[in-house]
Amino acid sequence: MNNFLSITKKEVRELLTPATIIPILVMSLIFGGLGNMIGGAAEEATDTPTVGLITLDDGPIAQRASDVIADSATVAYNDTDASIDQGISTVRENDGTAVLVIPANFSQHILDNRTATIMVYWVMEGAGIMDSISSSAVQDILQTVNRNISEMVIAAGGVNATFALSPIQVNETTVFKGRDMAGISPGDISSVLSSQFTVVPVIMMIIIIMAGGMVISSMGMEKENKTLETLLTLPVKRRTIVAGKIAGSAVVGLVMAIIYMIGFSYYATSFTQGGNVDLAAYGLQLTALDYGLITLSLFMALTAGLSLCMVLGTFAKNYKSAQTLTVPVSVLALIPMFLVMFRDFATLPLPLKGLLFAIPFSHPMMAMRALLFDDYLLVFAGIIYVALFAVALIAVAVWIFSTDRLLTGRLQRKG
Amino acid sequence: MAAVAVHDLRKHYGEVQAVRGVTFDVQENEIYGLIGPNGAGKTTVLRVISTLLQITGGSVDVFGHDVADEAQTVRRMISYLPEDAGAYKNLTGRDYLRFMASFFDGSHDMTQRAVDIADLGERIDDKVEQYSKGMTRRLLVARALMVQPRLAILDEPTSGLDVVNAREIRNIIRATTEQGTTILLSSHNMLEVEYLCDRIALINDGVIVEQGSPAELREKYGAATIEDVFTEVVA
Repeated sequence: MNNFLSITKKEVRELLTPATIIPILVMSLIFGGLGNMIGGAAEEATDTPTVGLITLDDGPIAQRASDVIADSATVAYNDTDASIDQGISTVRENDGTAVLVIPANFSQHILDNRTATIMVYWVMEGAGIMDSISSSAVQDILQTVNRNISEMVIAAGGVNATFALSPIQVNETTVFKGRDMAGISPGDISSVLSSQFTVVPVIMMIIIIMAGGMVISSMGMEKENKTLETLLTLPVKRRTIVAGKIAGSAVVGLVMAIIYMIGFSYYATSFTQGGNVDLAAYGLQLTALDYGLITLSLFMALTAGLSLCMVLGTFAKNYKSAQTLTVPVSVLALIPMFLVMFRDFATLPLPLKGLLFAIPFSHPMMAMRALLFDDYLLVFAGIIYVALFAVALIAVAVWIFSTDRLLTGRLQRKG
Repeated sequence: MAAVAVHDLRKHYGEVQAVRGVTFDVQENEIYGLIGPNGAGKTTVLRVISTLLQITGGSVDVFGHDVADEAQTVRRMISYLPEDAGAYKNLTGRDYLRFMASFFDGSHDMTQRAVDIADLGERIDDKVEQYSKGMTRRLLVARALMVQPRLAILDEPTSGLDVVNAREIRNIIRATTEQGTTILLSSHNMLEVEYLCDRIALINDGVIVEQGSPAELREKYGAATIEDVFTEVVA
């Protein structure tokens, strides 16, 4: 028994190290944060939505519908004869969700046993999964209106069942980033975007983690295998060593990422559905220039990521410690991946916007969606920032290679 | 001109003074040995000369070139064999030598010269991970000497080797000087140094406590061996 306890104690001591605990702690914190974010969004869905209401019909049924809406939502803009654009503008200023328009013939249609239409102008601010969550609250209100009028129709009697159950229909137009997209809801847009563009953040994350891990491990192995000293006394410039290591690791990381992505794409396509919405019909399609910019953004982010890994790799004492050093890189890749999936850059709070912009891996993840809506400023600014980030980190890596740090763990420049 | 001129070399790691004012010079085409116990500062001195470590104080010139200011020039003239060095395990011995040769003239002759020095027979085409410690050391010695450097810096070249392998490496080192290479080596094996070196420096606790030819030192201290000299000096 004593032997058993001794071996167990030894195993626990060997295995329970910062290298094993820190990644679990970090992942736990990330999932905790995500849980809060999702919980917050779920609460938001149950909040009273803010809407604009334009009632162009003074008939009794339209008034009933108008009253139901006013009782269920905060009406930021209420008018009986005004422009939709003004309504949208007011709703946007009040962080509202939609402008509901009850047309002039609404009551008459119901009285004639014909389906009446409520026009909904969705004010969409972001294309993340959670950006469209508030629209579900408005859809609930519209269902309440439908049920209310349905009860009226049934009480009056003499109508067919289909009309009695659905006396109103909704005509949707989504207003997003200066475009009016008729016949489509924010949920449809975010669903299509997330199903089509989720792959970019995932690819980016996998490439960074794989290739970054290679760079860091390469440094760890050089030290563990005692090959670094020989390498550093060869007549080769330090920047050539740094560049060669980054390029070699990038190739291996890319190959591994491609193999991984082949499997992942089969997995992803098994459950992601783009729906029947054709974004190109709304002028939302990427041009050759856009694809070029996305590629450039990916390349710059990869270079920046690998440069960061090279700097981190100089801290690796051996292969095992190198594994621990990949954790911060993984976290930096995971944070933007989740943020971009759930929220649009435009709808994030300022501190999160700053965080997202500062992480170089965010930019290729955001680029595709931004380019789809012609937000070239964000993409160009991102590429420039990431390029500067990469250059700075390469300079730091080359500088560290010219110090004692690699061999002694201390920074000492020439005296 | 001296192959190596070290003047008042000091190297500190934080509060630790690893080397405290070392001065010596190595003449061209000689074998010069640094002798001392583990932790005496031998490896630190060799690493500074090899451009791996920065200097805290003093100066080091290799063939007239300052190692701090002209590191790249110095690297073209030297070849350094670290203690306990390894090779890339996934390469064969031949591929490793070919890879190293690529940083110089990359010629087939250079690689073949190394293959001949290593003398590993058919095992030269096995992966390094399959080599014994002695075979790896022979491969690394061959790597260090294949470029026919003006200065070869060998840190404990026979460390951990059996008698046969150690002797063969000593013979290789001897033969190399006949081709014009200057050798600076370290060892805590006093007999080896006595056999190989034209001149030696006894280093202890970061300072050189004595230097000269083995014969001079033996005579000066009336000792039978350098080991006796070292014991006498350090005591």
